[in-house]
Amino acid sequence: MSIDLLVLLVLALIAVGAALGMLFSRNTVYSVLFLVLVMLTLAVLYLILGAPFVALAQVTVYAGAIMVLFLFAVMILGPQKLAGAGGPIGWQRPVAFGLTLLFLVEVVYAFAAKVGKLGALSCAEAGFGSPAAIGDLLFNRYLLPFEVTSVLLLVAAVGAVVLTRE
Amino acid sequence: MVLTNYLLALSAVLFIIGVAGVLVRRNALVIYMAIELMLNAANLAFVAFAAEFGALDGQIAVFFVMTVAAAEVAVGLAILVTIFRTRKSVDIDTLHRLKG
Repeated sequence: MSIDLLVLLVLALIAVGAALGMLFSRNTVYSVLFLVLVMLTLAVLYLILGAPFVALAQVTVYAGAIMVLFLFAVMILGPQKLAGAGGPIGWQRPVAFGLTLLFLVEVVYAFAAKVGKLGALSCAEAGFGSPAAIGDLLFNRYLLPFEVTSVLLLVAAVGAVVLTRE
Repeated sequence: MVLTNYLLALSAVLFIIGVAGVLVRRNALVIYMAIELMLNAANLAFVAFAAEFGALDGQIAVFFVMTVAAAEVAVGLAILVTIFRTRKSVDIDTLHRLKG
């Protein structure tokens, strides 16, 4: 067992455990913090995968900006004590579990049947995923999507302000 | 060593947990977080394939996914705060009246 595989397994265990913690924790603040842990774990994985700039963006944009926004929302809305099980559509929960299991079976089947043997990673060459290479690609081949993205962000910001206006 | 397969498996597991969160939980905030988890799982698959094939395009796709996630969270949380002001709840099971 190589050291890469060992690190990957440890990170995967942390990520899956934190994701399950997010799913099952009663307190929404704990859910947010568990999700931050998942994102930091994925950032470390990105570093291993030769994507340092993506890892940095993951930490600053996702774990930083987006999750702080979530924390703000949780604080504004207050700790929610939802009514116990049942509710207006109580039959929905077992159906949801069943559908999730069905999806799990489907994914396992897809893995067993369709995903062939992929080779080892080929990101060893120097400069792969560096900010310079990313910027070169982003501002040449992907210039138009990049500009459209900025318009999308502007619309989202204006929309959020308009929606929350008193 | 087939590292990419393990990464895809991890991505699939995280995506399934996200799906379970959307289907099972009733707190709208947690549902948003489960959606974020699914987007992150897709990002992991993008980066894994970028490393597998030595192509940077996968990493560019991750940036666009991040941007869409940021826009979605901003607008989604604004909608949620507006709903909370009128309904005093973020339980999606109680949001079954079209008339406000």
